[in-house]
Order: sequence, then C-alpha cells, then structure tokens
Amino acid sequence: MPALVEQPGYERAKLCALTERVPCREAQASTLLALLGEPEHYSYPSIFIYGHRASGKSHVTEAILQELELPHAIVSCVECVSAGLLFEQTLLAFFGTEAPSLLPRSPSLSDFVRVYKQLCTQTPSSQTRYIVLDRAELLRDMEVNLLPGLLRLQELVDDNVTVILLSEIVWDKFRPNTGCFEPLLLHFPDYRKVELQQILVQDYHPDYSAELYGSYISILLGVFYSVCRDLRELRHLAALNLSKFCEPLDREEVKESDTHKLWRNIEPHLKKAMQTVYLREVSSVQWEQQQQMEDKEAGALKGLSAYAHVELPYYSKFLLIAAYLASYNPARTDRRFFLKHHGKIKKTNFLKKHEKTSNHLLGPKPFPLDRLLAIFYSVVDSRVAPTASIFSQISSLVTLQLLTQVGHDDQLDAPKYKCAVSLDFIQAISRTVSFDIVRYLYDFL
Amino acid sequence: MSKRKSRESHMTVGQCVSQAQKVLRQRFCHQEISTPPVGLESQHKHLLELLRRTAVHGESNSVLIVGPRGSGKTMLLNYVLKELLQEKDVKSNIMLVRLNGLLQTDDRIALKEITRQLNLENVVGDKVFGSFAENLGFLLEALKKGDRSSSRPVIFVLDEFDLFAHHKNQTLLYNLLDVSQSAQAPVAVVGLTCRLDVLELLEKRVKSRFSHRQIHLLSSMGFSQYLEMVRSQLSVPLDFPDSKFSDEWNASVKKLCEDKSVEEVLRKHFNSSKDFRSLHLLLLLALGRVTVSNPVIRPVDLLEAGRWSSVDSKANILHGVSILELCLIIAMKHLNDIYEGEPFNFQMVHNEFKKFISRKSHTIHNFEKPVVIKAFEHLQQLELIRPVEASSAKIQKDYQLMKLMLDHTQVLEAVQRYPQCPTDVRQWATSAFA
Repeated sequence: MPALVEQPGYERAKLCALTERVPCREAQASTLLALLGEPEHYSYPSIFIYGHRASGKSHVTEAILQELELPHAIVSCVECVSAGLLFEQTLLAFFGTEAPSLLPRSPSLSDFVRVYKQLCTQTPSSQTRYIVLDRAELLRDMEVNLLPGLLRLQELVDDNVTVILLSEIVWDKFRPNTGCFEPLLLHFPDYRKVELQQILVQDYHPDYSAELYGSYISILLGVFYSVCRDLRELRHLAALNLSKFCEPLDREEVKESDTHKLWRNIEPHLKKAMQTVYLREVSSVQWEQQQQMEDKEAGALKGLSAYAHVELPYYSKFLLIAAYLASYNPARTDRRFFLKHHGKIKKTNFLKKHEKTSNHLLGPKPFPLDRLLAIFYSVVDSRVAPTASIFSQISSLVTLQLLTQVGHDDQLDAPKYKCAVSLDFIQAISRTVSFDIVRYLYDFL
Repeated sequence: MSKRKSRESHMTVGQCVSQAQKVLRQRFCHQEISTPPVGLESQHKHLLELLRRTAVHGESNSVLIVGPRGSGKTMLLNYVLKELLQEKDVKSNIMLVRLNGLLQTDDRIALKEITRQLNLENVVGDKVFGSFAENLGFLLEALKKGDRSSSRPVIFVLDEFDLFAHHKNQTLLYNLLDVSQSAQAPVAVVGLTCRLDVLELLEKRVKSRFSHRQIHLLSSMGFSQYLEMVRSQLSVPLDFPDSKFSDEWNASVKKLCEDKSVEEVLRKHFNSSKDFRSLHLLLLLALGRVTVSNPVIRPVDLLEAGRWSSVDSKANILHGVSILELCLIIAMKHLNDIYEGEPFNFQMVHNEFKKFISRKSHTIHNFEKPVVIKAFEHLQQLELIRPVEASSAKIQKDYQLMKLMLDHTQVLEAVQRYPQCPTDVRQWATSAFA
C-alpha cells in the first residue's frame, strides 16, 4: 500500500503504517505533518486543533507522534486538576522518571520553565519535542497565565518545543483579554456519511459477510444520522444491536440477500434504542439482557426516568401540588380557582391573555409562604392544623430539591419558594391523591 | 577548498528543499534575528543609545516599549542587546536580568528569579533568608552599596510589563524604579507591553519615579513596504550552500511577489493586520506545501494559505452539527428575531421546533423530548449557546435562560452550506412563517 501521507524526512515504511492507522483522515494527517515539518526543523510554537467530538483529533495526533517515534508528552487536561500535575507529566515524558522530583511543591509556571531549561541543556534533543494537551478548554479555568505561557513556551524555554492543543471549542472562546501568541489553527472537519460508513464497516463480525454488515450499518445510519454524528456513539450502538439484526439469520428465517425483511425486523428496534440506550435510560448491559429474553418486548423494562416518582406523605403531596399551582398560576387568578364564593368575575376579563406566552414556557415563578399555605388549605378537603410537622415537611421538600428557596435574605420571615418539578411528575402525584390538577392550571383553560 | 565547494553545489533537490525549509522555519517559528528590524530605525537608535549610556557611562534609565502584539518589541530589544553585547567594553561589563510577567506572577517569585539570575544564590544561600522582606532588603542593600563608577550596570528586562503592575502594592516596580532614580548601582529598566494605557495602571508613587520615556512601535508601513518585507522574509540568505538553488529560489520568490493574485491575498492580509506574527503564520502555511515534487512556492500555495487563515471557525463547527441540532439553532434564531435578542430557555426552543414539525416538515420526524434535550446540551457543550447567568443547579435545566452566540448571517450561511440540507428546513430558516 502506498503512503498517502507524504513528508520528506521520515522513513517510508513508517509513513505507510501511519496511513493505515488513520482511515479517512489522510488529508488532515498530511497537512499536520507538513506543518510539523521534518523532525530536526523548528515547528510553530503552538498549534490549535479543533473539531467535533470523535473526529479523530487525538487519534491522528497520537498516531503521528507514536508511529514516527517523535519525542512527545500526551497530557489530558481533565486529569490535571492543578497545573503542577501537568508539569510533572510533561517532564516525566521528556526527561525520564527522575525529572519531576526537581520541581518544588506546588510548582508555578516559572519553576517549570526553570527546570525544563536546566534539563534541556543537560539532554538536548535534535528533534522537536511535542506537548499534546487534550481537552484544552479546561486550561481556561486554571490560572490565567497558564494558557498564554504555554502558547509561547518555545520562546520561554528556548528549546525546539511545540504545544499542540486539542479542543471541541473554537479558538475565539480561548483568547485572553490582553491577547496572546496566536496559535496556528487547524480544523478537523466532521466525517461525511460515506466516511462514517466506511469506518464503521471496518469492524465487521467475522461470522457474517462484509456486505451484510455494510447494509446493517446503512440502516443504522438511516435511523441515527439525523440525531447523532458521533463516531464513538454510533460504533457503540452498532455493536449493541448487531445480535438483534442477525437473529432472523440465525433462525434461518431469511437469507442474507433479503435486506428488506431484515430492515423491517430491525428498524422499530433501532427506533426504540434511540429512546432508551442512546439516552442511557437503559444501560447497555440491561439492553443486551433484554435482547436475549425473546419474549419480553424491548423497552418494557423501566428506564431511569421512570423511577422518577417518589413516595411522599399525604400532606407533602398536597403541599407539592399547592406549590406547583402557586408557581405556575398568576396570583390574580387565585380567587377564581380556590375560593368557593368568589363573586362575579367576568370570563372575558379573567381570560385576557395579554401575556401571550404561557407560564409553562417561562418557568416557575416564586411565591411567598402565605400563598402556598392558603392554596394548600383550599385544596385539602379536611381541616388541617398548621402544626410543626406541616412546616417541617415544607423544609424537607426543599432538601429533597422538589422545592427551591429563592433569595436567602430571611429564613423565618416570609420566605419565598419555587416549585422545581415537571408537569408529568406533578400529574403522577396528583393522580395518587385523585386530584385533577389540570383543571386548576391557568395555562390549560 | 574548491573541491569542497564543488561537492556542495551538487546537493540533490531534496536536500536543497530540506535546507531551505530549515532556514525559513527557523526564521518564521523561532523568530530568528539577523538583520536590523525594518521600518524601526529611529526607535532602534533611541533604544540602543539609551542602553549604551547605561552600559558605558553608568547612567540609570527606565523606558517602556509599547506596541501591539506581534509588532516586534522583543525582536527589537533582542537585536539591540545583541549589538550591545558585541561591543568590547560592554560585554564583560553589564549584567542582564530577564523577567516575564507570565512566569513571575508575584513579587516573591520575581525576587527569587532576580537573585538567581544575578548569581547571588550562593550568597543568599549561606544567610538563609526566610522572608520576602529580608530577601528584598538584601538585594536592595547589594544594589545600594554600588555606585555609578565602580559597580556593574544591570539591565532589567520586564516582559509583559502590565502584568507586573497587577502585583500587590507594585513593590517590585517601586523598588526597581526607585533604584533607577537615586544614585545607587546603575540600572536600566526596560518594560515591554502591549497596553497603551499602561501608565494608568501604575500607582502614583511608582509613576512619579518612572522616566516617562516611551518607545512606540506603531507600524507606519505601507503596502509596497509590506510586499518588500514578504519578499525579504521568504528569500534564503546569501550563505546558502547551494548557490544555484538559492538563486532559483530567490528569483521564484521575486516572481511570486509580482503575481497579481498573490498581491490580492497579501493586500487582504495587510488590511486585516500588519504584524509580523500573522504574516509569518501565512508564509509558514504556504511553505508547508513545498515538497520535492514542487520545489518552489507557487501562487496557488499562497492562495490556499490565505484561504486557510481566513476561515470562520464557527462556520466550520456549524458544518458538523447534526440536522436536529441545526433545527434547534434555526428555532433559536427565530426566537431572537421575534423577541429581539431576549434570552430563551429550552422549553421555548422546543415549542418553536414542535410548531415547525407539526406545520410543515415532512422530512424530519418527531423526536422524543429527551433526544432533543440531548441535542440542546451538545450545543451548550460546543459553547454555541451560553447560559445568561452562570451557575445554579437551582433552576431546572429546561428553564435556564440561554443566549445564542451566533449572529443572523452566520446561521443563514451555515444553512446554505449544510450538506444535504432538507428543503423545508432551508425554507424555514429563511422565513419564520413560510
């Protein structure tokens, strides 16, 4: 196989091996390699590579650095909760196990540069050194001088070193206030549909033919492509659902050539997968178990969100209902809803919806405690004494995060609350106490 | 000698290209200085004269070099220092201390660095200074003991000077400038900064001790000078081993600069910024395309590099979102149009999207709400939308107010460029009610 990635200064065999490792990314690999130049040459001080998740940024960079055996340090910024860890890993990769011990405790960038300079005069390298920082967007949250410092590291340490930053986010969001050394921007475009297909087909099951797997992948893409273009996610879904696809073949009900029947079999299954496995409602282990149990219908298993209902005491349920009504109804309508003899309120006057958007679009409004209690007494049929237990139930609803307290100015005197549950949840609750909540909601009149 | 010369002149094309790449890359990436900076003659003379007065006559000075990023502040200073150090009586006479605001983030670290660079470590090491104050006291004592005639002058170079002004009480700046004002050891304080208002950052007492000498590097270069600079930056030097190749190369560069399309690219680049850095970046991109099979830079290489350096990165990111995410962005754009830039939450976007689906879409199926939420969260991760108020787990996710970080034209362009965009989505993007 000829090396599609060409760059003088490297062995041809290694370039061939590299080409094989980066399917559909040859163009990006060769531009990156052209920018890095030959190993002995100087390279640009900092390169910023951006592109969507799973578009092969880290893979291509790592493949180049590993296959061509260039001195490099690959650091994930997620792991480095402090800058010190980042420095340690870099020194470890470049100068061996002894190097990090030269750093003082909680080192600053200054210490790092000093140690680096000292070590690099002891062991000079003829080749460019590369520091790859994965998930570089997290660098912005670290000390302010770290990112500008790393961008001009070549100048600061006076060594042939290049910093490669990998991120999903565009460079414009990184730039500090007073500016910095501008890196070279390199974009990794998303995979096209054909390319996704080509990559996914590569890991076909040895028991079946590649064509069959190809048709399976195209069905999969047909369902998921409009929602998800993440290669890793698609690969995961492909691996999970393959056994279901091959089921009719194993039972010898259909032949491999009968793609239409296979499609009819798998399509509803994949649609169900989008609502369950794709959202991680059902874990992949559960999904696989479910496929083995033939009789059970997929999705019959309750997902994570189906467990959302909580067991609450009787009065707590009513308190929550009252809180929901207080949050989503305007206060001027309370008389109409909760008073038995509210006198005459003109229907036209009442229903003037000058606010066009409903409260269910804008979100819950805060309400005072008095209003909550007033609505509570009105919706509960029996007489309830305002005991300590009622008030403690309110505060326990706050700790359960079903209510939130707004403004911490005063705990005791007229606190304000918001209701933080969804409509589905409150409907389920009110069904258990046989209370028709929709009748009381202004938005649904 | 002649034998060697003849062998050298027969380098293969590959070697020549490699050598040329090496020379030029060193120039572009490492900011190698060899020739006096172009267009900065007066500033150069001023700075050189000033530093020489410190080095030779022992006069204390302070100066600020101010200029935008990439305008050649460090290059000018380095060139002047190099020139100065070549002079015989100066070389052994001066000491140089380089500090950088990015590295020395507080006065304690800066002080340590100064002691280290002045080789006072041993002295300090014996006495074991604990506190910052003692260390500073010692250093000041050491500087005070000296006088104009006998002690060696010290040149302090403070890179990113504006960051030093953010240190607590500006102690370091105060002390350095104080030494430069009083009759103590001769020092020159050279600050490099890109902030024009840097003097406003200084405290009154610090400001009064500064000599208010500023060197501005504001480029007054015209386009013809710019072209000339491009030519000189791209040419290989005269001491290139293979004379035949270097002649050809330089001739091709000359021809390249006369090309009309190249001139257009360069003019566009010139109009956006005049600094050296972005020019170097452009030339490096073009240089990366030079290989053995095409050993000279062609106009098309430069055109490609120009296109590359001027792409809109947000458009690139938008090209890769899924069709569902694109629909959400269009919905947000409509919300922005209707409510004139008011922030929105997920419910509103979903509502708008549902209206579109129910009214006129035939190609996009009805997605479940959690799937749409996942797409919405992905957009948030890409920072295409941003919460108005940071924080708060207190607000439910659906009701958190968001802002779209794209403008109208960017969205429309993204829809136009989107591969296989369904027609109804495209129509919906152009008009909210169609």
